[in-house]
Amino acid sequence: MTHAVPAVPPAGSADSSWTTWRLLPARVVAMCVVELQKIRHDRTELYTRAIQPALWLLIFGETFSRLRAIPTGKVPYLDYLAPGILAQSTLFIAIFYGIQIIWDRDAGVLAKLLVTPTPRAALITGKAFAAGMRALTQAVAILVLSAILGVTLTLNPLRWLGVIVIVMLGTAFFSCLSMTIAGLAMSRDRLMGIGQAITMPLFFGSNALYPIGLMPGWLRVISHVNPLSYEVDALRHLLIGTPGNLPLDFAVLLVAAAAGITAASALLGRLVR
Amino acid sequence: MSDEKYAVVCRGLRHAFGGAVAVDGIDLDVAEGEIFGLLGPNGAGKTTAIRLITTLLPAGPGMVEVFGRDVSSHRMAVRRTIGYLPQQLSADGALTGRENVELFARLFDVPRAERKERVREVLAAVGLADAAERRAQTYSGGMIRRLELAQALISAPKLLILDEPTIGLDPVARDGVWERIQEVRRATGMTVLVTTHYMDEADQYCNRIALMHRGRIKALGTPGELKAALEPGATLEEVFRTYTGDQLDEPGDNFRDARRTRRTASRLG
Repeated sequence: MTHAVPAVPPAGSADSSWTTWRLLPARVVAMCVVELQKIRHDRTELYTRAIQPALWLLIFGETFSRLRAIPTGKVPYLDYLAPGILAQSTLFIAIFYGIQIIWDRDAGVLAKLLVTPTPRAALITGKAFAAGMRALTQAVAILVLSAILGVTLTLNPLRWLGVIVIVMLGTAFFSCLSMTIAGLAMSRDRLMGIGQAITMPLFFGSNALYPIGLMPGWLRVISHVNPLSYEVDALRHLLIGTPGNLPLDFAVLLVAAAAGITAASALLGRLVR
Repeated sequence: MSDEKYAVVCRGLRHAFGGAVAVDGIDLDVAEGEIFGLLGPNGAGKTTAIRLITTLLPAGPGMVEVFGRDVSSHRMAVRRTIGYLPQQLSADGALTGRENVELFARLFDVPRAERKERVREVLAAVGLADAAERRAQTYSGGMIRRLELAQALISAPKLLILDEPTIGLDPVARDGVWERIQEVRRATGMTVLVTTHYMDEADQYCNRIALMHRGRIKALGTPGELKAALEPGATLEEVFRTYTGDQLDEPGDNFRDARRTRRTASRLG
C-alpha cells in the first residue's frame, strides 16, 4: 500500500522508518512471549508434530543406513539425515504459519493488532520470530530423539547458538513465504493447497535427504536456489561437523528472511481491507 | 481544522473498494469527551469509516484528523491515542485473560515496571479480576467483550472506537459492557465513537448520533433533536427508517460485513 507523505512533515511526530526500527525489538518480544504462552497452554501440537520427523528418522533413516544406498562418506547416514529432518520439520511448521494470519484476519485480531503502534514490518517480523520459537521447541524434540538413536551431535555451545540462529532465520523465511502466500491467496483453503503443493518440492529439491552431487542437473539448479539447502548445509556443518560454507549459508538465509519480511509486510494491507 | 476541542474531524472523507464507493464524502466532528454514535444499515459504510479513522485503511491527506493530527501522515502517533474494538470477538481463546491484556500492554509500550499493576487494574475495572488466570475460550460472550474492552483500555486511550460492541450479546451482557464504558469515561473523560445497530442503545448512551446510508451522512444531532425533527413522540427506530428506507438490511451492499456479523453472532451462541 502507498503511504501518503505530506509535503512538509511536522517535526517530531510524523512516521519515519526510524519508528519501525525502534519498535521492532519490543514487538518481536511481544509476539514471541505470546507464542511461548500458547505452547505452554497446549502442548498437543508439540507432540503430534514430533511424530512425522520421528518416523523419518526411525524408518527412513534406519532403513537407508542399512541399505547404504546414499553415499555420505565417513558420516553415518543417520547422522547425515538428522539435520535434514530438523530443517524439514521446521519447514513444515513455517510453511503453514500463514494460516494463523488468515485466522487472525477473520477473527478481527489482525485489525486490532494493526491499530496498535506496530508498523506492518514489525508485526510480520514478530510473527516470523514467533514461528521460530515454535520451530525451536520442535528442534529440541528432534535433537533429543537423534541423540537417543546414536547420532553424534556437537557439544560446542557456540555451535548450538549457531543452530538456534539458523533455525530462527530459516523459519523466519519460510513463515514469511507462507504469510506472503496468505496475502495473495486470501483464504485458508487456498493457502493449505499451495502450501502442500510446494512443501515436497522444497524438501526433495534440497540436500536434506541426499547430497546435491547425486542429483540430476536440473534438480541441482533447484537445490541451489532453495534456501532450505543452505539451512541444511549450515545445520549439518554445525551439528555433525561436515564441511560447509557457513558464511554463505548465513548470508543467504539472512537475505531470504529480509526479502520474505518485506514481501509479507507489503501484502499485509490486502488482508485487512 | 486543527481545533483542539475535537477528537475526530473528517472532511470529505471518501473511500472506494475498486468501483464500489463505501464512504462517499463524510464531514464529521466528534467533540472531545462525548459519546458519538454512527448508525446505519449493513453496508452503509460505518465500518469503512471507522477503518479510515483508525488508520486501517489509508485516508487521503486532510481527510481525517484525530486530536489535531492528520492520520495520513501520523499513523503511529494517532494509534497511540486510540483504543479499538473490532466487530468480531477477537480475544485469543488460547491465552488467559491476563495474557490477552498483557500482549496489548507490550504493543502499546506500557513500561515494564508498571505493566503488571496496570493489567491487574484494567482487568478489575471490567470485572474480570477473578477470571484473569482462566483461558479466554472458557469465557462467556459478555466476558470476552469485557476482556476486549480491557485490551483496548490498557493504553489509557483518549479515544475509544467500538464497532458494534454489543452485537449478539444478551441484554444483561449488553448493559454490563456499556456500564464499564460509562464508568471509564466518567473517570477519564475519554471520547467514545461507536457504531451500533441497536436503536435503544444509541438513544440511551449516545450524546450525538450520525445516521449513515449508502456512504453518506443523512442526519446528525442528539437523539432528542433527531426524534423531535421527525414528529413529536417519534422513536429513534422511526427516524432510522425514515432516513434509510424501510429495511434494516440492505442486501448485497456489503456481503462480507453481513457475513462477519452473522459469524460473530453465531460464535456467541
